[in-house]
Order: sequence, then structure tokens, then C-alpha cells
Amino acid sequence: MKASAWGPVVALLLLPVVCAQAAGDPKKGEEIYSRCIACHALAYDRTGPHHCGLIGRKAGSVPGFAYSPAMKRSGIVWTESTLDRFLANPMKMVPGTAMGYAGIADRQERADLIAYLERAAASPDLCPAGR
Amino acid sequence: MSYFFEFSRIQSASPAQPADRARRAFVGASGAMLSATAVALLAGCEPLAAAQKGSSESDISVLNTALSAEHEGIAAYQVGAESGLLSQGALKVALQFQGHHKAHADLLAKTIAKLGGVAGAPKAKYAFPVEQLKSEADVLRFAAGLEKGAVSAYLGAVPVFGNRDLAKAAASILGDEAMHWAVLRQVLGEDPVPAAFVA
Repeated sequence: MKASAWGPVVALLLLPVVCAQAAGDPKKGEEIYSRCIACHALAYDRTGPHHCGLIGRKAGSVPGFAYSPAMKRSGIVWTESTLDRFLANPMKMVPGTAMGYAGIADRQERADLIAYLERAAASPDLCPAGR
Repeated sequence: MSYFFEFSRIQSASPAQPADRARRAFVGASGAMLSATAVALLAGCEPLAAAQKGSSESDISVLNTALSAEHEGIAAYQVGAESGLLSQGALKVALQFQGHHKAHADLLAKTIAKLGGVAGAPKAKYAFPVEQLKSEADVLRFAAGLEKGAVSAYLGAVPVFGNRDLAKAAASILGDEAMHWAVLRQVLGEDPVPAAFVA
């Protein structure tokens, strides 16, 4: 095999490294979360649904919250990966979402925010049982 | 320095306007800055607006999300005003800021209607962390957080409008929210403009 032919192979081998989730810093994520609080809170619904228990939740499934039809039928389950994609460009991932927001372009900032949401979900102070 | 004194200085530097006068000033100022579709919409010239580049369902959805947040902001300032925790000066400014949010909501609702959408109504009840509001500083910090969030929300909304006039209108509101946030930070003894950019 010629050297140039190894290019795609090397690229494939590197793919998992390139695509790996960035390690998030929850402390930085808490500051980034302040961008969300015009519409969201951790423990109660506002213009947007609450975030406690978000990871692992099916999109559009908080009882009593008026989601957009697009979000309800999206079929998304929120994981680190799906949340990362959504936060990068909500309206691209779920066209018709009510979350009219351009997204967070910086990959590290998204990772930090997700890390904060995960840490908050584990905190009984921030996310009491049942939220 | 007491909050009252600080607010009094702000008041004397920028006298409060009655709500309707503030609204007229807002719409007037917006009219001076906006153009084409937005001005046509605000002026009630539906045929002219219709002749401009059409706004999509997406724009209406973004406007309705902003309207929902404005409704909540109005309700939040009402909670602060009725808390009994605000000094006279702080109360005056809180009501002034609430008036701005009412003007934003009014503008957003009218624009949604003129674009053919249905403007969302305020909720019958909002959940606020009232148990955490024990002092004037708590109320002002809560308000500052909401204003900062509003800045971020409008910043995130500006690029997604298909209609650039609507983006400009949203940017105009963003500027107002940023001023609220800066004033509240100043009164709380924090750096009113902590960075060169907002996010």
C-alpha cells in the first residue's frame, strides 16, 4: 500500500479521538448556565422545561410542559452526546423547536455546561428528589 | 452606600418616565432605528409588511419564546415590587424596568399578530424562588440574574431570525436588557460592565 493510501485508514483510527466528548468543568459550566436562566431553571418549569433529571430523559416528556410539536416528536433521548449536538445548534437538530437560540459554538463550553447539569442533577440541594 | 442612595443617584441622572410615556419613547426610539418590515409592522401597515420579505413560522416561534420570557420578567418584577423588601428608590427603578418589559412584550405580541401568528398569553402562575428572597439585595440579585439571562437569550435569538428587521428589533431589546443588568450590578456593588463582550 502506498503511503498516501494510508491516509483514510489513519483518519478512521483517529476518529474516535477527534469525536470524543470533551471533558467538562462543572464550575465553568455553572457560569455558562447563567445564559440559560432567562428561560430555564434547574428545578422548575419556566419558558423552557426544568433541567433536573435531563440526562436520560426523553425529549418532550416533562408532564404538563407545553413543548413544541417538533420537540415532542423528535424521539431524542438526552445523553451527553445528543445534548452536545442540540446545544451546538438547537434549531438545526430539532427544526421547529421553540428554543429560538443560535446555540453554543464552543465545544468546550458545551462540555462544561453538560458537566454542570450532571453535577446539579446529583445535588439534592439543587435538584430535590422528584425533580 | 445604601441601595436607596445609589438608586436615587441613578434616578436623578435618568428621571423615570410614566409607563405609557416610556412605552412611547421605546417605540419611538425603535422606530428611529428599525426599518422596512419592522417599521411597517409597528406602524400597523400590514400590506406594506406583507410586501416585504415574508417571515417564517420559525420567526414567529422565536418571537413567542421571547414574549414568554418577557411575560415572566414582568411577573418577576411584580413579585419584587410586592415583596416589601425594596426601598422606595429601588421600587421606583424596579417598576421602571418592569415597564420596559411590558413595552417589549407589547411590541413582540403586536409583531407576532401582524406576522399572522398567535401571541402567547402570560401564565396564570409562575414559579419563583420566593423563599430565597429575604432582603433587597436578594431581590436585586434575582432580577440581575434574569436580566443577564435575557441578554443571552436575545443574543442567541438575533442570528436565528430569517427577517433581519426582526433581528434588529431583538438587538434593540437586548441593549435595554443589558442596561438593566448593568444598573442592577452597580447597585449590588458589582462591576456593572464585567467584560468587553456578553455571551
